[in-house]
Amino acid sequence: MTLDSKIPAGPLSEKWDRHKFNLKLVNPSNKRRYDVIIVGTGLAGASAAASLAELGYNVKTFCFQDSPRRAHSIAAQGGINAAKNYRNDGDSVYRLFYDTVKGGDYRAREANVHRLAQVSVNIIDQCVAQGVPFAREYGGLLDNRSFGGAQVSRTFYARGQTGQQLLLGAYSAMNRQIGTGMVKSFTRHEMLELVMVDGQARGIIARDLVTGEIERHSAHAVVLCTGGYGNVFYLTTYARGSNGTAIWRAHKKGAFFGNPCFTQIHPTCIPVSGDHQSKLTLMSESLRNDGRIWVPKKKDDARRPADIPEEERDYYLERIYPSFGNLVPRDIASRAAKGMCDKGFGVGTTKLAVYLDFKDAIQRLGQKAVEAKYGNLFDMYKQITGEDPYSSPMMIYPAVHYTMGGLWVDYNLMTTVPGLYACGEANFSDHGANRLGASALMQGLADGYFVLPYTIGDYLASEERKPVSNDSPEFMEAEKQVKDRLNKLLSIKGKKTVHEYHRELGLLMWEHCGMGRTATGLTEGINKIKALREEFWQNLLVPGVDLELNQNLEKAGRVADFLELGELMMHDALNRNESCGGHFREEYQTPEGEALRDDENYCYVAAWEYKGENQMEELHKEQLTFDEVHLTQRSYK
Amino acid sequence: MSGNMNITLKVWRQKNKSDAGRFETYQAKHISPDMSFLEMMDVMNEQLIKDGKDPVAFDHDCREGICGMCSMYINGRAHGPNKGVTTCQLHMRSFKSGDTIVVEPWRASAFPVLKDLIVDRAAFDRIQQAGGFVGINTGSAPDANSIPIQKHLAEEAFNAAACIGCGACVAACKNSSAMLFMSAKVSQYALLPQGQPERKLRVLNMMKAHEEAGFGACTNTEACEAECPKGISVTNIARLNRDFVAASFTGE
Ligand SMILES: Cc1cc2nc3c(=O)[nH]c(=O)nc-3n(C[C@H](O)[C@H](O)[C@H](O)COP(=O)(O)OP(=O)(O)OC[C@H]3O[C@@H](n4cnc5c(N)ncnc54)[C@H](O)[C@@H]3O)c2cc1C
Ligand code: SF4
Ligand code: FES
Repeated sequence: MTLDSKIPAGPLSEKWDRHKFNLKLVNPSNKRRYDVIIVGTGLAGASAAASLAELGYNVKTFCFQDSPRRAHSIAAQGGINAAKNYRNDGDSVYRLFYDTVKGGDYRAREANVHRLAQVSVNIIDQCVAQGVPFAREYGGLLDNRSFGGAQVSRTFYARGQTGQQLLLGAYSAMNRQIGTGMVKSFTRHEMLELVMVDGQARGIIARDLVTGEIERHSAHAVVLCTGGYGNVFYLTTYARGSNGTAIWRAHKKGAFFGNPCFTQIHPTCIPVSGDHQSKLTLMSESLRNDGRIWVPKKKDDARRPADIPEEERDYYLERIYPSFGNLVPRDIASRAAKGMCDKGFGVGTTKLAVYLDFKDAIQRLGQKAVEAKYGNLFDMYKQITGEDPYSSPMMIYPAVHYTMGGLWVDYNLMTTVPGLYACGEANFSDHGANRLGASALMQGLADGYFVLPYTIGDYLASEERKPVSNDSPEFMEAEKQVKDRLNKLLSIKGKKTVHEYHRELGLLMWEHCGMGRTATGLTEGINKIKALREEFWQNLLVPGVDLELNQNLEKAGRVADFLELGELMMHDALNRNESCGGHFREEYQTPEGEALRDDENYCYVAAWEYKGENQMEELHKEQLTFDEVHLTQRSYK
Repeated sequence: MSGNMNITLKVWRQKNKSDAGRFETYQAKHISPDMSFLEMMDVMNEQLIKDGKDPVAFDHDCREGICGMCSMYINGRAHGPNKGVTTCQLHMRSFKSGDTIVVEPWRASAFPVLKDLIVDRAAFDRIQQAGGFVGINTGSAPDANSIPIQKHLAEEAFNAAACIGCGACVAACKNSSAMLFMSAKVSQYALLPQGQPERKLRVLNMMKAHEEAGFGACTNTEACEAECPKGISVTNIARLNRDFVAASFTGE
């Protein structure tokens, strides 16, 4: 099979408009004859559900939490980008496009990124009209802040809770459609299998997480908006339930997986404090607007930060990257922090932390102003660590935060399985090898409000308008597969709990496929993960039965999938003999230690095809071309 | 790294909706004061699994105080002893070694227990579906800066919109009223120009859904505000009441 990205012809800035005109339309009175399943109700899923229902399609949504409002988008803190140029500081659709392509280290599609920048402006309009309470200035107009990787202020925000407010906006639009009966919402339901009929996606098998019953749901198209798979690393900024099961099941049914090894390690998180820890908490990147990052100039300096005089501090980001300073992109800031700690300059009891200091900001702006901007983040920090960031600097360290990889999709957001779409963090996305801050919220809402509602019609217009049966042999077979798998997990009755396996997997991934990767480390990692997977299926202990609320059984299925997905990530990282964005292969770096791309050989999207249990997957390449933003080494100096 | 705190837990156990339920006592040993309350529960559950017992089911997801999923009634208080935090943000340093801690689910007839500490909060969603939105379709919005909004109103709307839908207000209320939760949404829109066209209809529809869901009436005890982890103010309830009276009179 050859990959067709379906990028429309014509000049970059006209591609999307032309494409929209060329897409087939579904007659308004026929829309209600089509059923669409949307799995996931985060920004991508909720916005898609509301918009498709407004158009007249019958929508069913699924989420594993008890309410659509609790999707992990709720936790996004810092903000959402849009090329509004309300600040008159030189922003434009083209600049947002340019920054995003460059920030992604030239591993994203130009056409997609340009479309994203174009619709970014509509997102803000839409959200304000929904009553999203964005931050405002005294004149009553919207406020902006700047984020890493940009020299303009284009980030819209709602205190430190932007994701919450955007999600509640999308949730409210979806609720309106639930009220009219156009959306049927299934909460505490988990998708466990994709159903294919005659080569097309025709439904899902889901488990009711309260009763444990297995259900068959059919539709004319299926949209996966299930978020990122970063929890393969165990300790991350994700919610505990975030998982890769839906996209992994779809992958095994034929959807190619794009750039699985592209993961984002966020530079400003609260460091690990002990092995009881269940998650890491992000301290928003917006803090880098006013906080200054430093380590002592002396190795193993045991003094309290306040006792270290100014001239003995190394503000290393400002030193190495004078023009972007503390606002360099995330991959660069993370690697620099790791570099400092590896060299022995780390602080705190574990020596795996650097300081993020607000002393100067408090002096310059006053404590009140700092509190108004970052109060909730400071409180959160204090709550977790027991220390007060107003009086002594925060300690931070990088942590896994986002996955740029995901299901490969074409320009229409369709996967390689006809009728199966992926939106939001679940697709391989527009962020290339590194996502800029405040652009995931933008992408999720762009996909759901402004792209999918157009492109899905093009597919549905050629589909028969009769309901899809959920009694076909394909549905029965998929249901049986799911039940067999659950029974298998329950029947092992070994000695180790699923949490123990998850933690072990996480350590293994962090060590071999984390911030610094090498060919030998990855090869070793692949062997280890295979062994761990084998052990898992022989020695797992899951309490309880299937027909009940059983949280360990839920988690066991997710960890089983991570054990396979993790291996693919390592194969992908091993294949990519270059460094780009968040993917850093230690063998490939510039003399200054920056990522060294190999555009000659790796300027492509790696799209992996599943070939069967324990078989090596097949690599397909989608070559990327850069007509507008010329391939150069990124410089933030 | 484990610590040296030893805790006795009295936990509500209930197999499913129809089971009567009872307290069971467990020991949590080698607890570190840096652990969160939920991490302590994780440690206890791992031990229960190893002992061949059924672990305690509880709701949680983000573990950073924003998703509203966690919901424990700890020593007679929704989300435990500290003000302004959710259960997942509570740390063991707020307790002493040797303490006995009683853990129960939210108790309200509109929130039936599904298992152990997990309750069904679907009634909250139904209230929002009845009117918790601005009735506009995707694509029809004017430019975001076409309507200036006074900063203090935007901030007040934000304060109301910060509700995480956890249900602590209902659990804390002797009438099991969801007025604080509902008033937060009603206020957010009542304060903003975008919310005006449907202002009356919204409050009437949401009040109706509140009653149908089986939540009690508000008798102004203000226990809700005291236990709300997000500091949602009871002034929102006053605003809701004013709007409700006005809407009922004009019969819209
Ligand atoms: C702490 C934090 C802060 C962030 N801050 C920012 C920021 O400031 N700006 C920014 O742009 N981005 C930020 N991000 C990234 C951004 O929040 C996410 O990438 C984005 O919200 C993902 O949205 P989504 O709709 O794709 O998925 P999610 O919001 O993760 O939603 C996933 C949905 O899928 C459902 N689901 C998953 N699996 C299944 C299954 N098998 N069956 C049924 N349902 C399933 C879940 O129930 C949920 O409804 C942040 C991320 C984190 C973790
Ligand atoms: S008002 Fe407060 S206590 Fe009630 S649901 Fe909202 S956040 Fe929770
Ligand atoms: S787990 Fe999300 S608020 Fe507690």
